[in-house]
Amino acid sequence: MDIHEYQAKEVLANFGVKSPPGALAYSPEQAAYRSREIGGDRWVVKAQVHAGGRGKAGGVKVCNSDAEIQETCEELFGRKLVTHQTGPQGKGIYRVYIEGAVPIEREFYLGFVLDRTSQRVMIVASAEGGMEIEDISDKRPDSIVRATVEPAVGLQDFQCRQIAFKLGIDPALMAQMVYTLQGCYRAFREHDATMVEINPLVVTGDQRVLALDAKMTFDDNALFRHPQISELRDKSQEDARESRASDRGLSYVGLEGNIGCIVNGAGLAMATMDTIKLAGGEPANFLDIGGGATPERVAKAFRLVMSDNNVQAVLVNIFAGINRCDWVAEGVVQALKEVQVDVPVVVRLAGTNVEEGQKILAQSGLPVIRAGTLMEAAERVVSAWQKDQSDNSKVSAAQ
Amino acid sequence: MSILIDKQTPVIVQGITGKMARFHTTEMIAYGTNVVGGVVPGKGGQTVEGVPVFDTVEDAVKATGAEASLVFVPPPFAGDSIMEAADAGIRYSVCITDGIPAQDMIRVKRYMYRYPKERRMVLTGPNCAGTISPGKAFLGIMPGHIYLPGHVGIIGRSGTLGYEAAAQLKEHGIGVSTSVGIGGDPINGSSFKDILQRFEEDDDTHVICMIGEIGGPQEAEAAAYIRDHISKPVIAYAAGLTAPKGRTMGHAGAIISAFGESASEKVEILSAAGVTVAPNPAVIGDTIASVLKREAA
Repeated sequence: MDIHEYQAKEVLANFGVKSPPGALAYSPEQAAYRSREIGGDRWVVKAQVHAGGRGKAGGVKVCNSDAEIQETCEELFGRKLVTHQTGPQGKGIYRVYIEGAVPIEREFYLGFVLDRTSQRVMIVASAEGGMEIEDISDKRPDSIVRATVEPAVGLQDFQCRQIAFKLGIDPALMAQMVYTLQGCYRAFREHDATMVEINPLVVTGDQRVLALDAKMTFDDNALFRHPQISELRDKSQEDARESRASDRGLSYVGLEGNIGCIVNGAGLAMATMDTIKLAGGEPANFLDIGGGATPERVAKAFRLVMSDNNVQAVLVNIFAGINRCDWVAEGVVQALKEVQVDVPVVVRLAGTNVEEGQKILAQSGLPVIRAGTLMEAAERVVSAWQKDQSDNSKVSAAQ
Repeated sequence: MSILIDKQTPVIVQGITGKMARFHTTEMIAYGTNVVGGVVPGKGGQTVEGVPVFDTVEDAVKATGAEASLVFVPPPFAGDSIMEAADAGIRYSVCITDGIPAQDMIRVKRYMYRYPKERRMVLTGPNCAGTISPGKAFLGIMPGHIYLPGHVGIIGRSGTLGYEAAAQLKEHGIGVSTSVGIGGDPINGSSFKDILQRFEEDDDTHVICMIGEIGGPQEAEAAAYIRDHISKPVIAYAAGLTAPKGRTMGHAGAIISAFGESASEKVEILSAAGVTVAPNPAVIGDTIASVLKREAA
């Protein structure tokens, strides 16, 4: 789960990580008012969306008066911000963070991630702050400093000093740096984060170490023990279908294509998408309905897949291991009677009792196209989709 | 021979009184697995599916001589249960649980390393379908009847995609020595490399099939290991060629976040290491069959 910059700064502040003075606003008027509360004569207005690359996309602006802040915010609020991370549909701006501008002397990159190679928390830092980490590792790989944390004893001060010295930080700032690194690590560990990123971490003209931006991602599997973090979820930043799916216990990812997929198991779901592509189609979604394929889950899955207007054909691929195919087939028949599905449907069942399953589908009287193998299923759904498209265009031509 | 489990391995089920655990315990016993007991704190003394339940893994090991355990415990407590097994002297544990917090798994792995190598538990999973040595025994939730006994060693992240591969092999009349699920989580007990090493040493395994997917460094690590240390033919498939970057595809670990983690990059790395890559999931069986034919010739 992602949270906003201002929320991440609040979480980190509880662990002693400092940022410039700032406040949140839900309207241009409130933003202008907030700037007067903060004081000073220069402010940074930052659109709060769950994506990086906000600066380049016009979501971060420096303003010199409260009138300018109001004007900037009027442009931002309600707009969709499109950054290289949001996809073409962008993310809505409904909250803006106003921060007092600070004089910057040096900028650093600081990240904490779950490193899958060492299977530990890893600190990644660079003196090339402000650039994205992908660009840093592309253009200045030598500038990257790494350290892993021994889980039994946690991050040690000497490791923090090592990192700080490698970044060339003034020894006079050492205590602040150690405190900041330790604060980030404790926030990461205690809230079950999977990522903390401060980019840039800055040294100001008056020799303070501040987080100018902050990003935190949390482990969905650990949210059960962090109710205060779960409350920070902002559904306006999520794809509506994906959040509906996750509320119903289904794992769904919307894609650009038009062949809907309903599959049990994550690996088989990805493999099914790959096979559709190979057969000349484009998958509309990833959907894993879980190991068991109960009629209720299949019906839910059909509703979800059909809520995507781009879907022009559906492929159901179920490997019934423990569940028998006849039982899954009954679920599919029941779901198709309940849910309005007006596009071609291809069903491929494999595993236990496959013949009985096929028989149930055949005898249902429903216009379901059956397939035996994975390849056959993908080819049939693509050709059914193509045929349906050309039939439709003939109909509209006749009209 | 087979790896990790065989017909004699005495097995306990942690969390045996749960509905799913009971169901799969019955299936395992019916297949021939030597299930000798279960563990649920506070339910010691009961009998479930014909086997005794103990309060602690320590008690179960003392009373039954259990060597392997299957963890069927809900996510908040699963990490704790794995550590309990490691401490009680269990030699091999399979964790089925999906949804264990990643930092719990970091602690579990650190904990397992406090034991010297000769008595360090081997863990596969979490978030996997389990391990089966066809015709002998299985520890997990897979349908036993889709596997024929034979000489192909399978290592995979995904449950149902692994079934798909086993079913394709069965169509060809090709059997499996052992199939090991390493699970879809970012921090897992054993990697592809760990299991490859075991298959290399197993006389009963003639070829190895590796079913990977997007996310993480383990397929690339395996590729380097295969190039330098594996003499048996390896066939691989990597799922998720159509998966977008930065999105979690069902499995917590199936996310492309760094260089080399996409399916196409993994295919390239594996091919460069001399692995035969199945071009699509529908021909995993065909690819293995043709490699076996080539080997026989």
